[in-house]
Amino acid sequence: MSAREAILAALRAASARVVPRPPDPEPTRFDDRVGTFLESVKAVGGAAARVPDVTALDAAIRALPVWAAARRTVSLVPGAGASTLDLSAIADPHDLEGLEVAVVPGELGVAENGAVWIPGTSLPHRAVFVIAEHLVLTVQARDLVSNMQEAYARISLQRPGYGVFVSGPSKTADIEQALVIGAHGARSCTVYVVG
Amino acid sequence: MNTFHPDRAAAFAADRSHAHWHDTALWFVREKRDRGAASVPEWERLRDAAAGIKAQALSNLAAYLEEFERNATANGIRVHWARDGEEHNRIVHEILAARGVRLVVKSKSMLTEECGLNPYLEARGLEVVDTDLGERIVQLAKEPPSHIVMPAIHRRKESIGELFHEKLGTPAGASDPKLLTEAARQDLRRKFLGAQAGLTGVNFALADTGGIVVVTNEGNADMGTSLPPVHVASMGVEKVIPRAADLGVFLRLLARSATGQPVSTYTSHFHGPMRGGELHVVVVDNGRSEILAREPFRKSLACIRCGACLNTCPVYRRSGGYSYSYLIPGPIGAVLGALRDPERHASLPFASSLCGSCTDVCPVQVDLHHQLLALRADVAARGILPWGKRMGMRLAGLVLRHPSLYRLAGGLARRALRGAPGLVRIGPAATWARQRQLPGAPSESFREIWRRGGA
Amino acid sequence: MGKVALFIPCYVDQLYPRVGLATARVLRRLGLEVEFPEEQTCCGQPMYNAGCAADARPLAERFLRVFGGYEAVVAPSGSCVSMVRLHYRELLGESPALRALAARTHELCEYLVDVAGVRTVDGEFRHRVGLHPSCHGLRELRLGRASERMDPPRNKVRELLAPLRGIELVEPSRPDECCGFGGTFAVNEEAVSCLMGQDRIADHEKAGAEVIAGYDMSCLMHLDGLIRREGKPIRVMHVAEILEGARLAQ
Repeated sequence: MSAREAILAALRAASARVVPRPPDPEPTRFDDRVGTFLESVKAVGGAAARVPDVTALDAAIRALPVWAAARRTVSLVPGAGASTLDLSAIADPHDLEGLEVAVVPGELGVAENGAVWIPGTSLPHRAVFVIAEHLVLTVQARDLVSNMQEAYARISLQRPGYGVFVSGPSKTADIEQALVIGAHGARSCTVYVVG
Repeated sequence: MNTFHPDRAAAFAADRSHAHWHDTALWFVREKRDRGAASVPEWERLRDAAAGIKAQALSNLAAYLEEFERNATANGIRVHWARDGEEHNRIVHEILAARGVRLVVKSKSMLTEECGLNPYLEARGLEVVDTDLGERIVQLAKEPPSHIVMPAIHRRKESIGELFHEKLGTPAGASDPKLLTEAARQDLRRKFLGAQAGLTGVNFALADTGGIVVVTNEGNADMGTSLPPVHVASMGVEKVIPRAADLGVFLRLLARSATGQPVSTYTSHFHGPMRGGELHVVVVDNGRSEILAREPFRKSLACIRCGACLNTCPVYRRSGGYSYSYLIPGPIGAVLGALRDPERHASLPFASSLCGSCTDVCPVQVDLHHQLLALRADVAARGILPWGKRMGMRLAGLVLRHPSLYRLAGGLARRALRGAPGLVRIGPAATWARQRQLPGAPSESFREIWRRGGA
Repeated sequence: MGKVALFIPCYVDQLYPRVGLATARVLRRLGLEVEFPEEQTCCGQPMYNAGCAADARPLAERFLRVFGGYEAVVAPSGSCVSMVRLHYRELLGESPALRALAARTHELCEYLVDVAGVRTVDGEFRHRVGLHPSCHGLRELRLGRASERMDPPRNKVRELLAPLRGIELVEPSRPDECCGFGGTFAVNEEAVSCLMGQDRIADHEKAGAEVIAGYDMSCLMHLDGLIRREGKPIRVMHVAEILEGARLAQ
C-alpha cells in the first residue's frame, strides 16, 4: 500500500459523522473605510495617505525621502514614479538584490488591518515586493473593504498563480519583544489610497 | 515516576527575578492579544465559526485532502505523502539531492522540528539555515525553541548580543535589538540569495482551490521561496481547510491571538510554482490519524499554532519552554506530547492547575484544560501513575465512601494538624509546608457543630 | 421559597466549618429551610483530577443518591459544583436523574443571584477587598466574565458585594489569574504553585486590598498558607462570611 493510500485509509477509519459547516458571523463594517484603512496602515508600522489621482500620486512618491535617495527603483504603476531597471529584461530575480524602492499596485485594501492584496499577475517576479528595501503600495479608494471576510469574497485566487496580502513593513519582535521594523523584507511600507 | 516538568520548573522558578521577567514578557503578549480581540466586536462568534470550520474539516479530512491534491496537482504543485517523520525527511532529502541542493533556507515549521528534518539533512551534507529571527537565534545557539511563535523569548537581549558577537561578528557588548536584527538581516540576505531551495511550513492548505498559505511577519517565507527555484512545503494532514473563503475567518483570529496584531505582515497564497520553478507539498501523518481516531482528543488537531495558550498559561510563564519534555511546550504541547508518547511525557498533563484560560483564548476553541484532565485519566489507565499516588487515591476514595470512616479520618487529621509537628516532615504535608503554613484545625468539624444544633 | 440541601465540601467540613455555618446562615436569612444530609462526604474531584476515575465514580454515585431528591443543592464552592455539573456525566453516563441534579446544584453566589433572585444587599463591610475569582467558578460556571473572553461584562460575586456599605472593591492588575492551588498541583508542582500564589498576593497588596475574598476555600487556604508563612497582614475570607451579617432580598 502506498503512503498515500495508507494515510487516507487511516484518516477515513478515524473520522466519525461528517459535521456540516456553520454560518460565518456577520463581520463589523466601517462607514469610513478610507479613514479606517489609513489608520490601520499606520498602526502596523506603515505610512499612509490619500491622493486624488495618479498625478498627485506621482508627486507624492517622488517627494518621499527614500525615493530621493534611491538609485535603483521599479514602478509597476503606470504614471507613478519611475523604473531605473527594465524588469522585462531581468530573467533572474536574484538580480533584483539592491532594489531600493518598488512601487506596486494593489487590487484591494482591507480597512481592519491595513492589508493590501497583490495578485501575482501584478508582479513580473514575486520577489519584487519583499526584496526591495522600501515598498510603496497603491490601492484605489473604491477597492477598500472593511474586513478579511469581505476581502475573500472579492479577490480571485488565480489558479495557477500567487497572491499576497501585505500589511505594513517587515517586522519582528523576537528579541525581548522589542518591535524592530525591517526584518527581511521592506524596511518601510508607504500606502497610497488613490481617488 | 516522571517528574520532568516539576523538577525543571522548580529550578526555573528558583531564579525569581528571571522567572518574573519571563512571566512579565509573556503576560505582555497576552495583554496585546486581549486588546486585539477587544477591537473585534464579533470576536467570540468568530471563534465559534473557526471551531466549526475545523470540526467540519476534521470530520472529513481524507476527502478534503484528496480534493486538495487534485486541485493542487492541476495547479502544477507536486503532492507527496509521508506516513511518519522518517518518510518525510527522506522525501524532502530526495527532492533536494536530486536537484543538487547544498544550501536550504527554512522558514518556521514546527512539523519539520517534529520530524527532525534539520539534523537529517545536515547529516547528509546539506546546510540548513533557519530564517525566522527567533529560530535563527536558537539555531546559532544550538538550543531548541522555547515557544512556538517567539522561539527565543527565554533569552535576554544581552545574551543574544553575545551570541551574535561570537557568530555574526557584531560588536562586543552590543545588545540593541535594532542593531542585532540588522546584523541578522544582512547575514540571512546572503543565505537567501545563495540558497538553491526554500522550505516552509503550511499554515493552511486550501482544498477547493488547491493552494497553500504561509504567514510571516518578517518576510522570510517569501524571501526564501521567490529566489530559489525549488520550494518544498511540509504540512500535517490536519492543515487542510475546505474553502479559501474560510481564511476570512481564520486570518481575523490568527495574528490577533498570537501577538495582538490585526494580521501578520505577509500572508502568501501559493497556487503553483514560480515561472521556471517547482513547488512540492509533503503531506505528513506522523501519528495524527491516531489522534483523529480518539474522539476526546480530536479537537487538538484544530490547533492553528498561534501560541495564545502558552502566553496565557500561568504555569508556562513561570516555568519556561524548557521545562516541558515535548518540543512544543505549554498547554497544546502538553496535550500533543502526552498523546504522542504518554510515558515519556507523563508529567505534562499534571503540569497544569487546570485554570482553563487556555481554552478561553484558543481561537479554534480546543478544550485544552478538559483534554489535559482526560489525559491524566489516560496516564492512570496505562498504569503510569506512581504506585503511591494510586494507592493514596484508592485509600481516600475508600474512606470517603463511608461517612463513619470519613468522620474518623477527619477527626484524626485535625488532631494531627493541631498537635503533631512531626506530621510536617511527612510526604505531601512536608511539600505543602515548604513555603506555606498548614491550615489550622478547628476542634469541631462543620457536621459535628450541625449535629449538636450549633449551626 | 422552600428547602435547600447544603453540600459542604470535605475540606470545608473539616478545616473551615465557619464557612459552612456562614453559608447556612445566609440561606436561612433568605427564608429558606436548610438541610444538611449527613450521608454526604466528598464530590470526588481530587480523585478525578488525579486521573483516578475509578475511585471517583463511587463518590459520584453516592452524591447522586444523597442529593438526588432535593429541589436545590447549594455549595460554598465553585470547583465542587463544577465537578457535578461538568464531569459527573463522564463518570456516570447521561441520565435524566443526573441531568436534573446537575441543573439543581449551585455554587452559593450563583444560587443567590440566579435562583433566589437577590438584587438588594443591606449590610456593611468596611474594608478594601480584592476579589479572587477562582478558576472553576469563573470559567466553568461563568460566575463572571473572564478577562480573556470578549463577553458582556458581568460578575455575580461583585453584584453581591458591591452594595455593602463601606466596602471598597479594589482591582489587582491581573483580575483573574490562577492562584496556583489546582488541587494536587499544589503539591506536585509546589514551586510554581507557590510562585503563582505569591504573585497573586503581591498583586492584591499592590492594589491596596486588606481582604482577599473568594468563593472557593481551597484557593483561599493556599493563599492563606503563603500569607501566614510571610506574616503578612492581608486576610482571606469566603464570600459567605462577608455576606453573613447582611440582609439579602429580591
